[in-house]
Amino acid sequence: MASMRDIKRRKQSISSTQQITKAMKLVSTVKLQKAKTRAEQADPYFNHMYKTVSSILAKSANINHPYLQTGESTKKAVVVITSNRGLAGGYNSNIVKLVTESGWDKEDVNVYAVGGKGLEALERRGYNIVVDASAVMENPTYADAAALCDKVLTAFSEGEVGEIYLAYTHFKNTVSHEPQLMKLLPVEIDPAEEEPEDHVLMNYEPNEEEALSMIIPKYVTSLFYGALVEAVASENGARMQAMDSATSNAEEMIADLTLKYNRARQSSITQELTEIIAGANAIS
Amino acid sequence: MAEGNRVFKIEIITPDRVFYTGEADFLEFTTTDGEIGVYKDHIPLTTVLAPGIVTIHNGDDIKTAAVHAGFAEILGDRVSLLAEVAEWPDEIDVERAEAAKARAEERLQNHTADVDMKRAEFALRKALIRIDTANIR
Repeated sequence: MASMRDIKRRKQSISSTQQITKAMKLVSTVKLQKAKTRAEQADPYFNHMYKTVSSILAKSANINHPYLQTGESTKKAVVVITSNRGLAGGYNSNIVKLVTESGWDKEDVNVYAVGGKGLEALERRGYNIVVDASAVMENPTYADAAALCDKVLTAFSEGEVGEIYLAYTHFKNTVSHEPQLMKLLPVEIDPAEEEPEDHVLMNYEPNEEEALSMIIPKYVTSLFYGALVEAVASENGARMQAMDSATSNAEEMIADLTLKYNRARQSSITQELTEIIAGANAIS
Repeated sequence: MAEGNRVFKIEIITPDRVFYTGEADFLEFTTTDGEIGVYKDHIPLTTVLAPGIVTIHNGDDIKTAAVHAGFAEILGDRVSLLAEVAEWPDEIDVERAEAAKARAEERLQNHTADVDMKRAEFALRKALIRIDTANIR
């Protein structure tokens, strides 16, 4: 049996770890609340954007627009949104898995990394990292999303890449987050989803094509922005859960060690007593 | 024009918040093709916004706001403006706008090859709109 001192030391180290995980849980809970409100505020804008774009596309099926067609290049631009910090359970590795298990050739993928963890993991696996925008993850703004969108769309319109994908974690609610891989360009919207009120005859100013070339970048930007704020919320949610289970695991271990410590103490007392009695017997 | 049946719904939405929802009987804003005014039962129109002042008239109540970039969707009884940035006059930092204006003007005057003229012009327009909107207050 381990000595009393060893057990005590281990117990102390675990309880200080527990204090850290507890504090981290509290911090991510507060951050989650903030991120959640932001994600909810971004929602109406995104929903409206989606509705408008889908109604434009539904009514103008015969438009011949570069944003609606796969580019000639076989390369794919993948925007990978992960976190800069670890200790968030499977949050980052789920996203990385999404990319590595997508069945794409490594040579065909241009990674636009947002978040240091995903960048490191994909770099190690031999993917081609084109842009590192990890700093954005600390506090994503709409301007950040617009800058990223600009880079990706330039690559698309210059023919560097033929398709654009987005890998991020969808924030369903506080306890459930889903890694998702989404195709951004060419735009594919299910016409079955459109609502009946969309059937009014819409006019476009300037004309449909010009309106599309201005609206689609905004649509992509709003998707990026939505994905960024949802990813931040998911990250903190995932960390909160991970830290919560770490804290309760530490508690279990401490209980176990306390039991062992008490047993060790008891047996050392018993041993001392036996030794004293044996000694006393020997003298008399 | 303040009769009840002449009013229509307006929403101004930005990525950060729902900027404004309410009713109006007349709405003015700037598109890339020029300024337009909207009454109820306007033909359905989707148009791209240019940096400009949005004026919402509801009877004698007139509200103004600065809006930069985005697009508008007009349906008979409902107008939605999806703007990237929208600000009420009292939210505008005039000093910052003045500084931005001076910076953009300077850039336009001593333009060299590496100055992005379009960007500087756009920045100047945004600054001017901000200053104008703040002055209406």
